[in-house]
Amino acid sequence: MGRVGFFTDTSICIGCKACEVACKEWNAVPEDGLAFTGMSYDNTVSLGADTWRHVAFVEQRRPLGHQEPGVGDMDFRWLMASDVCKHCTEAACLDVCPTGSLFRTEFGTVVVQQDVCNGCGYCVPACPFGVIGKRESSGVAAKCTMCYDRLGDGQEPACAKTCPTDSIQFGDLDELRERAERRLGQVREAGTASARLYGHDPGDGVGGMGAFFLLLDEPEVYGLPPGPVVTTRDLPSMWRHAGVAAFALLAGVTAMALPIWRRRG
Amino acid sequence: MTSQTDVRLDGAAELRTEREATPGSAGDRRERPEAGPEKVYDSYYGRPVLNEPTWQEHDIAGYLFLGGLAGASSTLAAVAELTGRPRLARVGRVAALCALGGSFYSLIHDLGRPERFINMLRVFKVTSPMSVGTWILTAYGPQAVCAGAADLSGRLPRLGRAATVGAGLAGPAVATYTAALICDTAVPAWHEGFREMPFLFAGSAAAAAGGLGMLAAPLSEAGPARRVAMLGAAVECVAATRMERRLGPLAEPLKRSRLLRAGEALSLAGALAGVTVGRRSRIAAVAAGAALLAGSACTRFGIFRAGMESANDPKYTVQWQRRRLS
Ligand code: SF4
Ligand code: SF4
Repeated sequence: MGRVGFFTDTSICIGCKACEVACKEWNAVPEDGLAFTGMSYDNTVSLGADTWRHVAFVEQRRPLGHQEPGVGDMDFRWLMASDVCKHCTEAACLDVCPTGSLFRTEFGTVVVQQDVCNGCGYCVPACPFGVIGKRESSGVAAKCTMCYDRLGDGQEPACAKTCPTDSIQFGDLDELRERAERRLGQVREAGTASARLYGHDPGDGVGGMGAFFLLLDEPEVYGLPPGPVVTTRDLPSMWRHAGVAAFALLAGVTAMALPIWRRRG
Repeated sequence: MTSQTDVRLDGAAELRTEREATPGSAGDRRERPEAGPEKVYDSYYGRPVLNEPTWQEHDIAGYLFLGGLAGASSTLAAVAELTGRPRLARVGRVAALCALGGSFYSLIHDLGRPERFINMLRVFKVTSPMSVGTWILTAYGPQAVCAGAADLSGRLPRLGRAATVGAGLAGPAVATYTAALICDTAVPAWHEGFREMPFLFAGSAAAAAGGLGMLAAPLSEAGPARRVAMLGAAVECVAATRMERRLGPLAEPLKRSRLLRAGEALSLAGALAGVTVGRRSRIAAVAAGAALLAGSACTRFGIFRAGMESANDPKYTVQWQRRRLS
């Protein structure tokens, strides 16, 4: 099996949250609070241990492509986007996990083994996208598995299956990347010049994302980091600095006890 | 196994499927500005981009302090042992033993499933400072315990001596790996400070161990402790200053931190008092030692909180990345 992924085309997302529901149902993800946030139609707020798909709602006073406002010049556009774990090529969560609980599957996805995780929480601040969290009820880390069980059975993930507009598309990653390029051309041609791809480039800071997006505005507008870099890219240098500091500490303490100080006490 | 919407079964090839829809393409094509005078959207309702570390402050910041104290105390004990300062060596060994106990308690207490602590020993991953740290502690812990126990019980002096030296050699790794541990995250103020953080931690650990040596060992033997504290406090302050300068706007949470300022002030004051009046007066040495210990604790808690603050404000994530991209 080659590497699979998601291409989430936010230009056709209608904000129905069917993906959120399908994910919760299929994966038996616990409810995590029903609160009114005042953030447009978004009461889900963000990804975490108990939210594996999150639909963002952004209201902007600007036109979408050639669209006519209808009411004078009152421009308005909706940006809706279903966010998910990126299943990074260079996944920080997986790199830093000290138990080997997080692993790379035969589909190229990143999955937590619930029975190995000891709840150390290291993966949580390591993820540059704020995806993974520690579940209160079980004390272990949890995030999107890209429906590992369904993939093993030749089924597409629940969110992609349920998405009524095909905003979430599942498939072979290389094929999705080609399709996304074509789609970007199409959307731009149709008048939305602000369209761009996010996470499709294997040369980016996380080596390309297994789940990537077509966005209509800057990533940060949707709550995505504009230039994420896997934290372990700097780790060799971190180890070197820590090593030098350790030697300096050893040498420093030793030097402070040498007899040359004797006379002065 | 690729996605398809199978609700529409007409199969009419000329019909556009949903995924081909082009929102915004209708409407008369008169020129309209894409963006008028526009509000800048640089975050999603001000929500953080990152998920906040689940680490409890008293556990993990406490561990940063205790681990540093244990590691540097072992090194000080070994050096004292080898230079004929038995009482300073004893202080270092016992301090390391107690701090190590506290460290283990904090670390295990912070796990979501403490009974699975042992799962860390399944693997050795150099990409995970926590994994490396577990193995460093596995090498260091038994030696520190052995050194402390031999001292307190008065038995097996030769084994105790060997363990003292072994723990002293491993101690600096215990004191500094924690810098790599917190820097190897996406937390902006920690990650970007990775060049100075190990030196800051080494300095803070030395200041704490020196302070404890000063506090508990007799004046006649505490010379190395006083000098170690002075050197440690100086290194800690220089590293902190350099880090703040290099981080530019990202250093805001560090600069704002009263804990960090208090930590610096206490460390420097304690170290200076130690090498001056602390040489002659027992009372002054105790006060200076206590100030150094408090200073080191303040520094660790300050670093911890500043990191949390930088993770919780999207501007530190977004603006820093934008700057790098531009
Ligand atoms: S998005 Fe975060 S949780 Fe998902 S694979 Fe990447 S680093 Fe891991
Ligand atoms: S919380 Fe679990 S999955 Fe995350 S790093 Fe720790 S052991 Fe690994």
